[in-house]
Amino acid sequence: MADFQTALLTAIELVIRLDPDLIEIVWLSLKISLLAVTFAALIGLPLGAAIALWRFPGRRVLIILLNAAMGLPPVVVGLVVYLLLSRAGPLGPLGLLFTPTAMVIAQCILVTPIIAALTRQTVTDLHEEYDEYLRSIGCGALRSITTLLWDGRFRLLTAVLAGFGRAIAEVGAVLIVGGNIQHVTRVMTTTIALETSKGNLALALGLGLVLITLAVAVNATATAVSDTARRHHG
Amino acid sequence: MADSLARTIPASGVAERASTAGSLLPLVLDQVCYSPHGKPVLQDINLELAHGLRTVILGPNGAGKSLLLRLCHGLIEPTKGRISWAGQSTAAAANRQGMVFQRPVLLRRKVAENIAHALAAKGVRRRDREALVRASLEQAGLTHLAERPARTLSGGEQQRLTIARACVCDPDVLLLDEPSASLDPAAARAVEELVVRIHAAGTRIIMTTHDIAQARRLAEEVIFLHHGRLLEHSPADEFFSAPRDPAAARFIRGELID
Ligand SMILES: Nc1ncnc2c1ncn2[C@@H]1O[C@H](COP(=O)(O)OP(=O)(O)O)[C@@H](O)[C@H]1O
Ligand SMILES: [Mg+2]
Repeated sequence: MADFQTALLTAIELVIRLDPDLIEIVWLSLKISLLAVTFAALIGLPLGAAIALWRFPGRRVLIILLNAAMGLPPVVVGLVVYLLLSRAGPLGPLGLLFTPTAMVIAQCILVTPIIAALTRQTVTDLHEEYDEYLRSIGCGALRSITTLLWDGRFRLLTAVLAGFGRAIAEVGAVLIVGGNIQHVTRVMTTTIALETSKGNLALALGLGLVLITLAVAVNATATAVSDTARRHHG
Repeated sequence: MADSLARTIPASGVAERASTAGSLLPLVLDQVCYSPHGKPVLQDINLELAHGLRTVILGPNGAGKSLLLRLCHGLIEPTKGRISWAGQSTAAAANRQGMVFQRPVLLRRKVAENIAHALAAKGVRRRDREALVRASLEQAGLTHLAERPARTLSGGEQQRLTIARACVCDPDVLLLDEPSASLDPAAARAVEELVVRIHAAGTRIIMTTHDIAQARRLAEEVIFLHHGRLLEHSPADEFFSAPRDPAAARFIRGELID
């Protein structure tokens, strides 16, 4: 118990005096997850809208798969990306394994289905409501899609935040494809796992505090966004 | 009745607009049936609307009024029969019509942006939009609400906004589906006054209602619909004083009809 107290106090101290090691790790985590979510949004938003609006064979199966993919086990995604990027794999020549880029790819694969599935649901609901009106005013296909995306902006933002929450807190995939190399691919979650096993509880706890704070901030933002949406747009 | 007179006498600016409205008319429905999943909900509708009158499609809930309006606007296709506007298809004629839905469809945007969006969809250039938005808000008495999120308006304001938005490109024909069905009397009156003003400015009005009092106030001709059939099509004064159809007579007296 005394151990824990000292560790916690040291952890808080690390955070308060912005310990360079800690900052480096937090900063890398943020960079990787923000990049992953950006790419996931660039893929997931149009993909979700397309699945919502276009009728094609196999669409229902795709929707089921997409919803299932929201819960992809990170270690499996990590393993698949590892196999793809490993020296013998099809993308081996790119030399991306154990780089931050590999981690961005893995997180992007985890987050894209979340954003795409939530986007599909949002766009489907809005389309049901707006379809006859948009046809009535002669709204073209492109403008209809941008109308639906813009009017779903609050829910879509919430989806992106949910994706970020998953990316930043995930450990299995980035551990496998990043390799947890000090000063190169060490992020908050993998560092916590490693330092805990080494008995360095202070750094692990400090990062844990940052991670929890981030999670709370992301959720608070999401709540604020949907409150604003409800207040202004019903 | 005064403005219906004005519409038949070609003397004023009103008459000039009336003649452009004439370009979409007559609306002709020829043996129109609509049977989703094989179940007929509109049957053998024959109808010709030619004059610049305010037409009210009257009937109890479930009569098929909304479906009839959506068929005329080209949102759904008849199972059998033909619909034409001055010989044109519903698709070709739709862009010179405005449609107001029974449940207001409002974008999750500000009031003014709702109107600007409709203008953009209709291909009006950005720099021309502002003046049209302003005039449209003015007409509907919504100028002071321009910056409010549209969906925070009261029911009456929302419906006035959807009407103003439907009219912003000066359509030849305005179709309204029970525009005041869920409004209190004062808000309903404001909507009716707006409809009359739009009509006076030269737009052909075709609206539905289940409200006999509203039909009396607004109709110049009445189409009575019941169980998916068109039972009577008469000038309003004839319809209300001496309805030919027995079900219509009972409906006017406020009796339940089956
Ligand atoms: N898509 C549909 N499929 C099957 N039945 C429908 C559909 N739309 C409407 N109906 C039926 O058609 C009838 C007329 O509907 P509607 O035009 O909405 O009536 P009104 O507007 O006069 O109240 C109702 O009995 C309704 O249940
Ligand atoms: Mg209806």
